[in-house]
Amino acid sequence: MKRVYVNEKWCLGCHLCEYYCAFAGTNETDMARALKDIKINPKINIEEKDGVSFAVSCRHCNEPLCVKGCITGALTIADGVITINKDKCVSCYTCILSCPYGAVSPSDDGAVQKCELCAKTTSGMPACVGGCPNGAIVFEERG
Amino acid sequence: MKYVIIGNSAAGIGAVEGIRQADKKGEVTVVASEPHHTYSRPLISYLLLGKTSEEKMKYRGDGFYKENGCDLLAGVSVKEINSGKKSVALDNGKSISYDKLLVATGSTAFVPPFEGLDTVKDKCTFMSLDDARQLEGYLGAEKRVLIIGAGLIGLKCAEGIAGSVSHITVIDLAPRILSSILNDDGAKIVQNHIESRGVEFRLAASVKRFEKDTAILDSGETIGFDILVLAVGVRPNTSLLKDIAKIDKGIIIDAKSKTTAADIYAAGDCTQTLDISSGQNRIMALLPNAYMQGECAGINMAGGEKEFDKAIPMNAIGFFGLHVITAGNYTGDVYSETENTNYKRLFYSGNKLNGYIMIGNVEKAGIYTSLIKEQTPLDSIDFALVCERPGLMAFTKEDRQIKLGGKAK
Repeated sequence: MKRVYVNEKWCLGCHLCEYYCAFAGTNETDMARALKDIKINPKINIEEKDGVSFAVSCRHCNEPLCVKGCITGALTIADGVITINKDKCVSCYTCILSCPYGAVSPSDDGAVQKCELCAKTTSGMPACVGGCPNGAIVFEERG
Repeated sequence: MKYVIIGNSAAGIGAVEGIRQADKKGEVTVVASEPHHTYSRPLISYLLLGKTSEEKMKYRGDGFYKENGCDLLAGVSVKEINSGKKSVALDNGKSISYDKLLVATGSTAFVPPFEGLDTVKDKCTFMSLDDARQLEGYLGAEKRVLIIGAGLIGLKCAEGIAGSVSHITVIDLAPRILSSILNDDGAKIVQNHIESRGVEFRLAASVKRFEKDTAILDSGETIGFDILVLAVGVRPNTSLLKDIAKIDKGIIIDAKSKTTAADIYAAGDCTQTLDISSGQNRIMALLPNAYMQGECAGINMAGGEKEFDKAIPMNAIGFFGLHVITAGNYTGDVYSETENTNYKRLFYSGNKLNGYIMIGNVEKAGIYTSLIKEQTPLDSIDFALVCERPGLMAFTKEDRQIKLGGKAK
């Protein structure tokens, strides 16, 4: 299946993916207006150190430890995409304990958050990929 | 192929899903002593807190049994397993035969024989949905609650009912709260936080006897209460396999979730298995382990190949907004970080991470869990960096190409 993959050497560390991710969840039409004066809490995060940077978001694992460990059944996998039912989640953080990529994070709405490949926001390409100016994150089939 | 699963919680459900990965047709029967659709047991405190509902706490959707082509016999208990005839006798007089059997019977609250316990009117344990409903019936704004046990169950109960009663006192024999998962100073941080919400503790204390609405402690102190919650500990339900399979504290299983008896598997809180963080066999009564052992059992029962050999003790839990994540065992050298209410300790030796405790900021804790489970040699990563900042930066570029770039291992 198609996943978000990282081409580390192309990452500029510009953090635009984080802004596009945060914007994708707002249902607004203008990014500058939507994100003005707010501290974003995106589902994709740039790690950077000494000139190296790369984006980390959910890998949509074939053997997802977050889904298997979820105590409520809020995290599920369907057609390879792992999504969170925020209504069922109680923020116990067992998924944060379980994810080997650090790709599930707390959110401000009483449930955890993670990349859902923009399945709930747009159709087609994840917003982070569309917004990356340098092809450092791509949405494609690989091995 | 006929599969019988005793138990309808995480391990039993994991087994149904495991069986269906390998066998779409076999006959699956789930026998459950509780008369309910599968629900998440750890959510009973959230139910009393009002953060979930009976509908939302269903562990799987309403269509689960139908979609997986299995029969649920709810409200029916297994009286006996006949491993020779390969059948189980039910308390409704019927018996059902099996080709492969899973024992996922969980655990039961342990109630010590306190003197005078029978004189206490409103008392309960806190393990099941029915326990929660019973406790809910006792609650009231003027009620005083005494909880025996400052472990995970007792303290989640306290959080769940704190807003619905006038006062809560928690007593424990141990000198610190959450003694099974926290060290002394970590426990103190969490205790202070819980105390700030009005819960009172009596630690290193025990009840000598009860007299109706009064507990008399060993110290001579008396504590008045209206509701008593017994959360001392749990015991694995192993009796069905007595004289059939090898049992220590829990039912002994291997990495395939197989017991020592032919065609009988076991999974979840009733079992005892290898903790790879300590190398010891122990009971790790945790929902994620239960599910994965159950799933593993199901796949193997259905003729597939699966091993779950990465069990470690691990817990994610929160009290009144303060989150705690712990895993592994706390031996070896220590990396320490304390900043305001954020507390982190990593324990390592022999080039491996043994365990960790994070309180407050728990982001990316799974990076550490993974280092323990995978037994990653610490000299193969930037350990100093990962101590400070859990993340994938600590791994080599090649590792990241596998983890993030889709490169084959």
